Amino acid sequence: MPDISREEVRHLADLARIDLSDAELDHLAPQLAVILDSVASIADVVDAQDVPPTSHALPLVNVFRDDVVRPGLTAEEALSGAPEVDQQRFSVPRILGEEA
Amino acid sequence: MSGLTRRTASELADALAAGETTSVEITQAHLDRIDEVDGPVHAFLQVDTEGALEAARDADRRRAEGSPASPLDGIPIAVKDVLATKGLVTTCGSRILEGWVPPYDATVVERLRKAGLPILGKTNMDEFAMGSSTEHSAYGPTHNPWDLDRIPGGSGGGSAAAVAAFEAPVAIGTDTGGSIRQPGAVTGTVGVKPTYGGVSRYGLVALANSLDQAGPVTRTVLDAALLHEVIGGHDPRDSTSIDQPLPPLVQAAREGASGDLTGVRIGVVKELTGEGYQAGVQARFDEAVDVMVKAGADVVEVSCPTFVHALATYYLILPAEASSNLAKFDAMRYGLRVWPEGPEWSERAPSAEDVMRATRDRGFGDEVKRRIILGTYALSSGYYDAYYGQAQKVRTLVSRDFAAAFEQADVLVSPTAPTTAFKIGEKVDDPLAMYLNDLATIPANLSGVPGISVPSGLAEEDGLPTGVQVLAPAMADDRVYRVGAALETLLVDRWGGPLLDRAPQLKGVSA
Repeated sequence: MPDISREEVRHLADLARIDLSDAELDHLAPQLAVILDSVASIADVVDAQDVPPTSHALPLVNVFRDDVVRPGLTAEEALSGAPEVDQQRFSVPRILGEEA
Repeated sequence: MSGLTRRTASELADALAAGETTSVEITQAHLDRIDEVDGPVHAFLQVDTEGALEAARDADRRRAEGSPASPLDGIPIAVKDVLATKGLVTTCGSRILEGWVPPYDATVVERLRKAGLPILGKTNMDEFAMGSSTEHSAYGPTHNPWDLDRIPGGSGGGSAAAVAAFEAPVAIGTDTGGSIRQPGAVTGTVGVKPTYGGVSRYGLVALANSLDQAGPVTRTVLDAALLHEVIGGHDPRDSTSIDQPLPPLVQAAREGASGDLTGVRIGVVKELTGEGYQAGVQARFDEAVDVMVKAGADVVEVSCPTFVHALATYYLILPAEASSNLAKFDAMRYGLRVWPEGPEWSERAPSAEDVMRATRDRGFGDEVKRRIILGTYALSSGYYDAYYGQAQKVRTLVSRDFAAAFEQADVLVSPTAPTTAFKIGEKVDDPLAMYLNDLATIPANLSGVPGISVPSGLAEEDGLPTGVQVLAPAMADDRVYRVGAALETLLVDRWGGPLLDRAPQLKGVSA
């Protein structure tokens, strides 16, 4: 099983949209290496090779409800926790590059 | 009326039915108790004095009219801060949700309100339920009422401590890898993880969808059964909810209370005892097994060989699901929004993604970051098959082990947690040592089977509570109540009173 480097942790944090400072990387990267090392033993369970995977404890598939209108949140309720609201909409920072 | 806080929910319900007291008196007594002891215990993140008393007045009105809403109408309750409560701040123990007021109730909360249980407040927890000590709460740790320098277990340490400190007669917890049962064991209280799908997850802020389950946190097995019947049963708003009636749980608890276990086949799981378990924990467990044998149970040793891989399986599946679930905390629609700071931002305005990165760095604690990164790793291309895919296969093997074991035994037993409560700070920066606390509880979550933790006594070496776990097949929750209640009766008789009678008096508390 591969070891995890500081650079890999930086990359993964980037994928997960978390800014990590250098100090945080110093702190977290070695801990993650230890955790990964301990879960790596799972590869040794050879009996598992031809076993079907379980994604869920219950054998449930395709639970549907009737396609009818049901009460939901009002616009005011839906926006009640928003950091910023403008004209009954979520107001967000720019989503495009500055040159756009 | 301080005597009211020492009584069980079932005793309080009887007193209400007999007209000996009122819900307002009971609720006020618990609010007073919270006032008195929650400073040092810190079980609560929010206390809703007004809301609780208003609900209590409504309960008294229904009682006066002769139409109580449920057997627990008027019994106050504490709710873990991971369940959405309309109009009452819900933080999940995280800075990223500081001050968030949900616009809706979780189904569990809706059922509590409908059944007339006044909600005293929201209880402390490890951030997003990630932890086994409640030290990973962004709002400071909860302290174990048995020894305030020690952890109350986690992630539901707040609910367990509230019940152990007599701040609430009953509480709601959630259990993803042991977060109801392990705090129960280390605080000398009762905790039940129902069958997966037995209690609705609607409005439960998801840690790992395929593992999470809400359940009762109480001081007696009967109280847990009464509460379970209030919150359980099918909910069309949760697509993983089981569309079948609950088995008769209260009846099972009452039957079990006779202490008779004649003909019950009890399986001791070989892989969940011995090495790695503290001597005093193991001794109390062995004693509990002897007591069950004397009460007529047939004990067999069963082997579940894949359980030795359950911890590794869990710490791949859980972070994978958690990293995906927590992606919704993006600083756009609710929760914290942090603008990045520094000289580079004088040149250009931060984008939504920049704000998201800064917010998630500030809003999440170390353990949440560790698990998100681990989950991102386990799901990334090149590693998916080796980690997440393999873990899903081993999960199947864990369920096969359970199926084989339940052919030999009606219930399985083990110590709930490998050790008694450890000191606050001892393992907070050693993730692996922390994860080992869930060694015995995790297999049940992977397979979806129900489990209860019942107090088994005090460990000789440190005088702290230990617990026994009873597991049953999926949908046979009645068995954990029957056997749990029997064990409780047998042990309490031996001790000459409930274990919690031996807990130290908390400071500032009049006898």
